[in-house]
Amino acid sequence: MSGLRILVPVKRVIDYAVKPRINRANTAVETAGVKHSMNPFDELSIEEAVRLRERKLPVEEIVAFSAGPPKAQDILRTAMAMGADRGIHVTIEEGKELEPLGVAKLLKQVVQEEKSNLVILGKQSIDDDANQTGQMLAGLLNWPQATQASKVTFEGDDVTVMREVDGGVETLKAKLPLIITTDLRLNEPRYASLPNIMKAKKKPLAKKTLADFEADVSPRLKTLKVTEPPPRKGGVKVEDVDGMIGKLKELGAL
Amino acid sequence: MSSKALNLRHQVIRIYKELLYLGREYPLGYDYFRSRLHKAFASQANLKDEDQIKKGIERAEFVKKEIEALYYLKRYRILRQRYEKT
Repeated sequence: MSGLRILVPVKRVIDYAVKPRINRANTAVETAGVKHSMNPFDELSIEEAVRLRERKLPVEEIVAFSAGPPKAQDILRTAMAMGADRGIHVTIEEGKELEPLGVAKLLKQVVQEEKSNLVILGKQSIDDDANQTGQMLAGLLNWPQATQASKVTFEGDDVTVMREVDGGVETLKAKLPLIITTDLRLNEPRYASLPNIMKAKKKPLAKKTLADFEADVSPRLKTLKVTEPPPRKGGVKVEDVDGMIGKLKELGAL
Repeated sequence: MSSKALNLRHQVIRIYKELLYLGREYPLGYDYFRSRLHKAFASQANLKDEDQIKKGIERAEFVKKEIEALYYLKRYRILRQRYEKT
């Protein structure tokens, strides 16, 4: 089979353990001074790429990509500490975020420049939860896609992907080039250890700007308002069975 | 100090630093982690026997793996709760 040239796009998001707060103007989530880390679903995709190499598949190169503020570089370093060979960083101004379609357009050009034949993306980012970039990229490239993968196996030129769907799993078979998006149970991402972070500082990281791409990434959506979810209402205690039946009837459950 | 002992000394410092780095994300806070880590290493500072020191390093490596697994599981469980338990 031909060599695998893997592209893994990653996103810098607010850390999963942080409770997001909404800014005063109710226009966005507060990001200043908040701990950020790599989107957990993207960690799964880096890990899968590295495991393909460790399974002795002919992986030529694993390239990590991120479009984000200057600090997204730290995330790319983490990706390289986990095993990516090099990184590409497209600098986006702080506070200006790309929409999934914009990212997919950039990725399409990166795929063509890098001659990638396998793109492994996280199924969604935990900040926007759009779950669109992989699908849109597949559409733009006209490549097959296997989303929400929970197992990936290679046999010659055939790639078999088990994907998690409602109430079970679905098995797909496709040939390269291919888009895969990862689901939670695909693998257990390794920890980017201190020595590996240090080594990753020596790996090449290319810096680009939007001007290097011929893509219209202007936003198509306008955020009108961002609000907190309604606070949970406390439950009530009922005195006896009759009281409970009364309550249930009141709520229309009986 | 012989070169072998010096080498062991470096290994101990290295694993200590790696554990400190891991501690930055410890659920109970970095201060909690650091003071306990320091105490654990300080309590073994009197070890002179090479085999004993090697055993100590092995134990530190084991603890490192345990902490990494703890972080992974914590994240996995939270994500599963958020995205799969509807």
